[in-house]
Amino acid sequence: MTMAATFTHEHAGAYSGPAPKRIITGYGFWIFLLSDMVMFSCFFATYAVLVGQTAGGPSGAELFDLRSVAIETACLLASSFTCGLASIAADVRSKTWFQAAMAVTCVLGLSFLGLEAREFADLVARGAGPTRSAFLSAFFTLVGCHGLHVSAGILWLLTMMAQVIAKGFRADIQRRILCFALFWHALDIIWVAVFTIVYLMASAA
Amino acid sequence: MPAPYLKRAPHVMNVLDPQGPIGAADATILIDSIAIMLAIVVPTIIAIFAFAFWFRSSNARANYMPRWAHSGRIELVVWSIPTLTIILLGGVAWLGAHHLDPAKPIEGAQKALRIQAVSLDWKWLFIYPDQKIATINTLTVPTGTPLQFDLTSASVMNAFFIPQLGSMIYTMNGMTSRLNLRADKAGTYRGLSSHFSGDGFSDMSFDVNVVSDSDFAAWTQRAAGSDLTFDAGAYSKLAQPSTKSERAVYRLDDPHLFDAIVLQKLPPGPGPSPDPRPAASSTSDAGVADAR
Amino acid sequence: MLGRLSWAAVPYDQPIPMIASGIVALSIIAILAWVVLKGHLPYLWHEWITSVDHKRIGVMYVLLAMVMLLRGFSDAIMMRLQQSLAFHSAGYLPPEHYNQIFSAHGTIMIFFVAMPFVIGLMNFVVPLQLGVRDVAFPTLNSVGFWLTATGALLVNISLMVGEFARTGWLPYPPLSELTYSPGVGVDYYLWALQISGVGTLVAGINLVTTVLKIRTAGMDYLRMPMFCWTTLATNLLIVAAFPILTATLAMLLLDRYLGFHFFTNEAGGNVMMFVNLIWAWGHPEVYILVLPAFGIFSEVISTFSGKPLFGYRSMVIATMAICILSFMVWLHHFFTMGAGADVNAIFGIATMIIAVPTGVKVFNWLFTMYGGRIRFTAPLLWSLGFMVTFIIGGMTGVLLAVPPADFLLHNSLFLVAHFHNVIIGGVLFGAFAGYTYWFPKAFGFRLYEPLGRAAFWFWIVGFYVAFMPLYVLGFLGMTRRMQHYDVPEWRPWLIIAAGGAVLIMIGIALQIAQLVVSIRRRAELRDETGDPWDGRSLEWATASPPPVFNFAILPKVDGEEPYWEQKQQAGEHAPHDKPDYQAIEMPRNSPTGFVCAFFATIMGFALIWHIWWMVIVGAFGAFATFVAFAWRDHDEYLIPAAEVARIDREHKDARRMPAGEAVAA
Repeated sequence: MTMAATFTHEHAGAYSGPAPKRIITGYGFWIFLLSDMVMFSCFFATYAVLVGQTAGGPSGAELFDLRSVAIETACLLASSFTCGLASIAADVRSKTWFQAAMAVTCVLGLSFLGLEAREFADLVARGAGPTRSAFLSAFFTLVGCHGLHVSAGILWLLTMMAQVIAKGFRADIQRRILCFALFWHALDIIWVAVFTIVYLMASAA
Repeated sequence: MPAPYLKRAPHVMNVLDPQGPIGAADATILIDSIAIMLAIVVPTIIAIFAFAFWFRSSNARANYMPRWAHSGRIELVVWSIPTLTIILLGGVAWLGAHHLDPAKPIEGAQKALRIQAVSLDWKWLFIYPDQKIATINTLTVPTGTPLQFDLTSASVMNAFFIPQLGSMIYTMNGMTSRLNLRADKAGTYRGLSSHFSGDGFSDMSFDVNVVSDSDFAAWTQRAAGSDLTFDAGAYSKLAQPSTKSERAVYRLDDPHLFDAIVLQKLPPGPGPSPDPRPAASSTSDAGVADAR
Repeated sequence: MLGRLSWAAVPYDQPIPMIASGIVALSIIAILAWVVLKGHLPYLWHEWITSVDHKRIGVMYVLLAMVMLLRGFSDAIMMRLQQSLAFHSAGYLPPEHYNQIFSAHGTIMIFFVAMPFVIGLMNFVVPLQLGVRDVAFPTLNSVGFWLTATGALLVNISLMVGEFARTGWLPYPPLSELTYSPGVGVDYYLWALQISGVGTLVAGINLVTTVLKIRTAGMDYLRMPMFCWTTLATNLLIVAAFPILTATLAMLLLDRYLGFHFFTNEAGGNVMMFVNLIWAWGHPEVYILVLPAFGIFSEVISTFSGKPLFGYRSMVIATMAICILSFMVWLHHFFTMGAGADVNAIFGIATMIIAVPTGVKVFNWLFTMYGGRIRFTAPLLWSLGFMVTFIIGGMTGVLLAVPPADFLLHNSLFLVAHFHNVIIGGVLFGAFAGYTYWFPKAFGFRLYEPLGRAAFWFWIVGFYVAFMPLYVLGFLGMTRRMQHYDVPEWRPWLIIAAGGAVLIMIGIALQIAQLVVSIRRRAELRDETGDPWDGRSLEWATASPPPVFNFAILPKVDGEEPYWEQKQQAGEHAPHDKPDYQAIEMPRNSPTGFVCAFFATIMGFALIWHIWWMVIVGAFGAFATFVAFAWRDHDEYLIPAAEVARIDREHKDARRMPAGEAVAA
């Protein structure tokens, strides 16, 4: 019987059973965000490899307008703040404040996208579109992928606003708001990396 | 052209029958590694059969130990056996990778022969820049002389491989890869592309004629005096996709042709026509054309 | 209006794809007609297509894998036939067709056979082994499955409309760029994988969250069955590696569709970057496939040896070590690119280091058998076949990790033999072992054993006859993907290999026969107990097939082998004679996955053929589906306590009689 005692643990386990839904949803969404970051890191790595491959075309230092990008950054950082306010409003179940904070977040996000679209259009007009060189392909893909995420985020944001109007702060809607907030903040973090690696390092070089 | 050099090569491509020092060293490492691993693999396979047979449920003499699932000693052994094997083999890999790095020049008194190889859709162009010779799908080299290959591709990726001489290497557009080989025994060997490159890939084989120094000198002289000239026009014709190119030897017009290809001064191969389903593109389709 | 699509896309002039797609289309129509005419459609819709039950979804994954195995195998046998014939001749397949076949074979076997097979088994088994009622995200689970099916469908559509990639299963640029592959083949490949890749990622997130957050009380990490550990490792790899594939393929798509220059010859594109990125995904992918198989073998060998798994903690460490190391070895797929001696040596050695935990696993299985009472059932035969075959495949793999050996054998048929050695001998044998082992759990009756054994013998003999000659051919300098050749020494070996493929074909036929016979004789093969193999983990503690809620009362775990311990102690104190049944909340079925995949199919097809308005329809439809799902008011339904009690008592009554014998053993 001594052998038996060694190999079957007679004590009850430390794990108390399945986690609550809010934890599970948030946890799963975190894992999605991590995988999304892996994808972004591929685009970052690609950008780093191709940044010198201008094929005789313009380099980043010649192209980027840091002032406009700084405004974009400010918009996005501010939107993260208002998104945080929306989360708090959702926690205290204040519909008015939630809608107001989400609306401001949306406007800031759209301003960001507008500025980015203007930057892209400007580059293309100057003959520095993504087909010009491998460097510009990588630039447009990395920044554009972030922009696509922000666009998807705004679609999601509007859906959540509509859901709260229609259904109120139901438990499942609260969970979705949690995920949306995680998503929006993650985009902010990625943008900080884009701003540093793409824009600041280009002008420093 | 003396006929023997354009005759098709015999087909032996056995990597375990090497004809040069690189191939021999590669093969030795291959065999040694297999031997090291067999020393652990064979006993394990025997043990699988032995344990499975002895502990069959119908064997009353076998000792049933329904709770036996741990043993520190055995664990130590099962972790250390593979670890030790891998340490040994890792040493082999480290030394081998350095000793047989394809870019490493082969030591020897003789001056190396420079050859530039270009893969095209779907044939090989070989350039002897110092001898001012260009050949298609055929190589002629002297015995015992180190061969220093610079390789590139004029279109898609390929790999340059002469199985009996040893190591292969990729060819890529806009880049130069390096490979050093040596052939020690006269004879005709065979090379091929060992990286899939499209519809004509199967026909990308070439002959390697290994000849004595004097024969090589005679060959270079004849080739350099050939009335066929390999110039820009010949190159752009060659860059068009085609299969089953005849083996040919030319006098080289521009000794910097290879650099022009690597630096993309000559544009990469055009690829097939943009029709999604091209008509039969090679003569090898004859049988199929009948079927249609 | 229809982009690049026209009647010219249908290959009327090529009899082989026309006949093949005709057969596929006819069988689909026949099955659909049968379903509709017999009135099975409502059943199929409510019980399967819209099901969010992890067990049903798991079964559908496995079914998809098996159907696609037939397609992938047809490609294999056509290739073996071509290479047997094409000595000094063109054979019967022109290069543009042959090249599609080997590309489709690889793509299908990896993405639409091996992947769905292991994901299906994990989906079915893991919640049962963890003693819980469902996975973390049941509806997403269904979405994941249907997106995988979309990818498989697109690959098969390419048979009839257009063409498939002619670039090999990994589309190396620049060959896969628009310049050198102007047709739609590569686009089919790319969109099929992008869409099914989303499905795989969803499955990965779902299973990671399930294992980490949803286990029954007392199921500590170090009490989870080995299969749950390998599931965790595999899905961590999926989550970390598949985004790399998505990004890489996205770049190739941008090159092809919008004229970007990631991997082109022109404007500074970098081919080597593609090769690095694709293998940064590709090598972990190998372990994504084989780790679940390792888990299956651990369960099977332990069960049929009547012993706990030897060195459980070693196995856990080895699994997680493989999981991490698999990201550090990708460069061994291209030693011949000329990266330099130090780089090659370091990656060669890193690769060999993976052989250590793998070797430990083999030894631990070996010592699991030691001191056991081994029952030679079909799952155990597959496991033994695996152990022997996999060791050989592992050895040739380590050989290829020695750079100078790789300089001779890279891209040769030796390499082809090696990876079939590990993928058939490892992944597929594991999948078959798991299929036979858990079949009674899924359907309530066992598979007919004699035919299962016969199938095993044809498979294993066929495998050796088909692939050992390829090792020889590698030594003889034969490179892979040759449509024809003129080397007489190669031919006999190629003919033997084709003979091996025929043996494997008989093995597959026997497996189909086994399924048919088993269904016909299901009464005599019925498993009333829920525990047909004298099992050790929790999936055997419930009925076969398990009720929708899996466990009426979530089991409490107080050891590594809870169900085995419970059976041992059954005589001492009867567990839960009068359980306190509670009402159970289960997720409602939802057509979200199916509808979403429907729109994804439309979108994928439209993207391939540049039909832009249809792309917008597909994208909008998919988004609208999700919004509609989000608008639902009731995600769950309640099974009343009385109903739970009735179902549970039925099961307990059924197992009371024969269970006594099992426990006495």
